[in-house]
Amino acid sequence: MSAPLGKDLLGLEHLSAEQITLILDTAEPLREISERAIKKVPTLRGATVVNLFFEASTRTRISFEFAEKRMSADTVNVATSVSSVSKGETLVDTAKNLEAMKIDMVVIRHASSGAARFLAERIESNVINAGDGTHEHPTQGLLDMLTLRRKFGTLAGKRICIVGDVLHSRVARSNIWGLTKLGAEVAVCGPRSLLPTAIADFGVQVFDRVEQAIEWADALNVLRLQLERMTAGYIPSLREYNRVFGITRERLDRAPRDILIMHPGPMNRGVEIDSEVADGPHSVILDQVTNGVAVRMAVLYLLAGNAPALAEAARKATSDD
Amino acid sequence: MPWTHIPQRMATAPTVVLNARALERTVARMADEIVERADGTEQLVLVGIQRRGVQLADRIAHLISQRENAAVPRGALDITLYRDDLQTVGPRPIVGKTVIPWSIDGKTLCIVDDVLYTGRTIRAALDELADFGRPARIMLAVLVDRGGRELPIHADVVGRTVDVPPGGRVDVFVSELDGRDEVTMVIAGEET
Repeated sequence: MSAPLGKDLLGLEHLSAEQITLILDTAEPLREISERAIKKVPTLRGATVVNLFFEASTRTRISFEFAEKRMSADTVNVATSVSSVSKGETLVDTAKNLEAMKIDMVVIRHASSGAARFLAERIESNVINAGDGTHEHPTQGLLDMLTLRRKFGTLAGKRICIVGDVLHSRVARSNIWGLTKLGAEVAVCGPRSLLPTAIADFGVQVFDRVEQAIEWADALNVLRLQLERMTAGYIPSLREYNRVFGITRERLDRAPRDILIMHPGPMNRGVEIDSEVADGPHSVILDQVTNGVAVRMAVLYLLAGNAPALAEAARKATSDD
Repeated sequence: MPWTHIPQRMATAPTVVLNARALERTVARMADEIVERADGTEQLVLVGIQRRGVQLADRIAHLISQRENAAVPRGALDITLYRDDLQTVGPRPIVGKTVIPWSIDGKTLCIVDDVLYTGRTIRAALDELADFGRPARIMLAVLVDRGGRELPIHADVVGRTVDVPPGGRVDVFVSELDGRDEVTMVIAGEET
């Protein structure tokens, strides 16, 4: 019997290795649906999903929307600039009003860390975190893990180095939690000004030089360098960042083995990653995008209808076995 | 699995419906009947239902290719996402692989499953196949028909018909997954 996920997906920190594996194993066969002539299964017919995005996002929102539509859910997108949020309505008021219109699930992206949990504790609907502040972006972590697992066969013992602005990155946190739970070795590499001071508490290695990371790793997850980090004084200049930490072909040519290159997007070509690498033979950046839809379909499938009553029934069914 | 409650009725030991030899003969006859009903192998494609229908479809396809000297395309169908009870079942059922890499338009498609019971699996399979194309004809071949239909569905090719009283169960074992070939029946609601 499968381990139920519960009502919400808020992060990977509190999921077990078994639960993460269940999501990845479910995503695997769902990839096939997007290859069909009719890219749709009736699984979530009648379920209403609200994509509540308080922060700009193209890729994640579209990926969720495709996932929802391919599972036959009805979807509504709420963007903050055109909603009552811009008139000062609180997060909970917005969600409660949506719930009064009988919705089933909320996908939330918010600039504040913890916003997804705050909401999940206050509404009945399933809540999926699509990125909250610098906390977590669980579906991105899961799609990175699915991409790596498909390439390597397993994550156990594989060495993944996250390169760049780890300090502000929810993608980095979800990756670290998820990958270490499934037995991968994780390292981070970047300027000390962009690494959390307590990074060692995560149980990851730290490389100060990107050459060391390349020497060590089986895969690099290259993070986007937010351009505003320069004006805020975290790095001296983009050119210098590229010279010291940029992933270039010259650097990868010196690697002792082929290294998979991942990037959560959107990329700053010529800053954290060179075009030759991004479009090169070891780049799996577009695989990540494809896998993202499958992972989100899996999460929707596993959470949908998992209201408290059903979770209770699930617990009983599992213990009866 | 642990015993968590005492069965309502005295449990009976499983009765063997088909042993390995009988299962082999039955599958061979089903292969012949499928070819006969499909008027040859030219348009024939086999689709096994996850899980044990897939192994049965593989065996039937192998037998047909030997006897008719023609390769028969075969695929696998997982109907989980088309089930009509997803709103009520507890933990989400595991989703299996669906593999239909060729067009089914205009084909004579034969669905292969291990046990035909309520007919709800086949209803789901028909809905799913409609999303892949429009076969000229769809047939159904099952190893065991145990009665108890809840929908107007019948099999064209049946390996063995058994009358199983309510609360009873039929289990199909195939060597690829279970280490042995056997079909057994349990009369009362016994937990295994």
